[in-house]
Amino acid sequence: MTEIPVLEAKNLVKHFPVRQGWSLRGAKVHAVEDVSIALRRGTVTAVVGESGSGKSTLARLLARRTSLTGGELLWEGGTQTPSGREYASEVQLVLQDPFASLNPVHGLRYILGRPLKIHGTVDGRSTDDAVKALLERVSLTPSDQFIEKMPHELSGGQRQRVAIARALAVRPKVLLADEPVSMLDVSIRLGVLNLLADLRDREQLAILYVTHDLASARYLADTITVMYAGGVVESGPAVTVADSPQHPYTQLLLSAVPDPDRDGAPRLAGAGSPPSLIHPPAGCRFHPRCPFAMAKCKVEAPPALPVGDGHTSACWLHENTENTQASPAAGTAGAA
Amino acid sequence: MSEPILEISNLSVDYGFGPDAVHAVADASLTLSRGEVLGLAGESGSGKSTLAYAVTRLLREPGVITSGSAIFHGRDGAQDLFDLDAEQIRELRWSQISVVFQSAMNSLNPVFTVGVQLTDVLRAHNKELGRRQRQQRAAELLDMVGITPDRLRSYPHELSGGMRQRVMIAMALALEPRVLIMDEPTTALDVVTQREILQELGELRERLGFAVLFITHDLSLLVELADSIAVMYAGRIVEHAPAESLFRNPRHPYTEGLLGSFPGLHGERKTMTGIPGSPPDLRNLPSGCAFHPRCGYAMDACKAERPELLPISWEPAEPRSASCLLHTDGYQAPESLSKTPKIGSAL
Repeated sequence: MTEIPVLEAKNLVKHFPVRQGWSLRGAKVHAVEDVSIALRRGTVTAVVGESGSGKSTLARLLARRTSLTGGELLWEGGTQTPSGREYASEVQLVLQDPFASLNPVHGLRYILGRPLKIHGTVDGRSTDDAVKALLERVSLTPSDQFIEKMPHELSGGQRQRVAIARALAVRPKVLLADEPVSMLDVSIRLGVLNLLADLRDREQLAILYVTHDLASARYLADTITVMYAGGVVESGPAVTVADSPQHPYTQLLLSAVPDPDRDGAPRLAGAGSPPSLIHPPAGCRFHPRCPFAMAKCKVEAPPALPVGDGHTSACWLHENTENTQASPAAGTAGAA
Repeated sequence: MSEPILEISNLSVDYGFGPDAVHAVADASLTLSRGEVLGLAGESGSGKSTLAYAVTRLLREPGVITSGSAIFHGRDGAQDLFDLDAEQIRELRWSQISVVFQSAMNSLNPVFTVGVQLTDVLRAHNKELGRRQRQQRAAELLDMVGITPDRLRSYPHELSGGMRQRVMIAMALALEPRVLIMDEPTTALDVVTQREILQELGELRERLGFAVLFITHDLSLLVELADSIAVMYAGRIVEHAPAESLFRNPRHPYTEGLLGSFPGLHGERKTMTGIPGSPPDLRNLPSGCAFHPRCGYAMDACKAERPELLPISWEPAEPRSASCLLHTDGYQAPESLSKTPKIGSAL
């Protein structure tokens, strides 16, 4: 953990102005609030959260597709973050929907050739050879057939591979994948997840995997960061977070996930729905739904408190050992 | 439990006519029993939604039901849904068979309040109810799905996705139907909301005793929820079995592959492979068994011969069937597809 992260985000804040509605004039959507995350070489960092948790906004902030309201992005430990096209050649974003992210009127030769030319990564090869090499990196073989194809001739999984190949064309160090498999058929999701794992292992990419699916995060990622209502609630090694979640929200999430191996009927650990991000609750944003909420939770937002090796949970229950006793022992799965 | 309420037999649905027709559903037979939850699993393009549309006669052009029957055992005896005229089917919908679709967003009319839409269902089907009674019943219905009745005056946009889906369920149950068809009802929702709705659905089913045909791509959800599960691939049902047996001991290679596509939440992390290849193009189906190009057990015979959905002969104890040549005479099914539950392993 001592290695300097390739890309580190510190205390990121993003507020969107509310443009509609007379009564909300001047109001803001607090989409991301004080989020810190580090992406390291050769690791997959998963960001897990429900819709509206700010996970996609975080990915866009890291890709610099949208401006920061507060906080900073550190590139390889320094404050000298590359800008513009230079940044784009280091950090690439793969979007959720491969049916929308590939231009239907162009063939793969053009779609993949363009970033190669713009960023000068053809390297003396012919563009066709460079494109074929890219297709082979994402296992679209035989590449001399795929290079002739149009997006509509490909299945969803193949399209997502093309989208990943396009991101790889500029030789980035960081790949940000925003729900890369949620639009794909179940049987081909693992293929794309395995491709990401392969890129991590073979090419030492730092990968951000944004998802709502805790099981796939556990499968692919090295570390999991759980977001709720714009903030990070829990973060730690993937298997530890999934097997013995410490934050009540992570426990709620886990209790809701379909799990055929579960004994008996699932019991939801909490109720309600996420809060409005225009007027988020004071204190801990989870307190209105939390079965363990205390008086303090309504007033003061908890910082990330250590609960294990590299494992933090933003919950007052972990403030001192006395209260940790009261901490919900839903980590029974992990204890086993 | 075994009294059938909806018997679909040999249903085939095409999109388009003649040689260009796409066979979206081919020769599908399913029986929904009273009070049962029947799960229908499949990927996109497998025909699972088309089947639901066909059975409820909501299929739009160019969809055509080319063969088959759907016998519904309603309050007034058995009738084939495909023989009914428009007026008869209109009476049957909502009152005896209801449908809940994935996007409650698009199913509710944005310019009317929830209350107006709920009472409209009641007014159309139950002429005896007065205005006040209808209002009262609508309030009851909302309360039943866990929404406070003061929401009757809300417009759909004022409700969250989960609440809108609950309103749809309330509306579907307004006239106490015998069959509820749910097509990916929770796919667009967050997992916590999904769980809450499924729990409510379970309680309502216990109380009202309707049968559910639950259509989804999420096999792991069905294993928890359904009594029995039918798996569709390329328009055909490839395996049908009690949920627990299907999960523990799948008999069709596709089911096995599908189950292996869901990373688990427990245990050691190991590399999983999913299913190689891509779902087939319905306009250009492989010969023989449609799954053979992706199947790890494929034999030469699979390319030539299309297997029928047959009961598995060596497994008479359970009502299950699979369409795979490996389970027919003259072939030996591999061990992974012929595991049997350890009987009497009380330990």
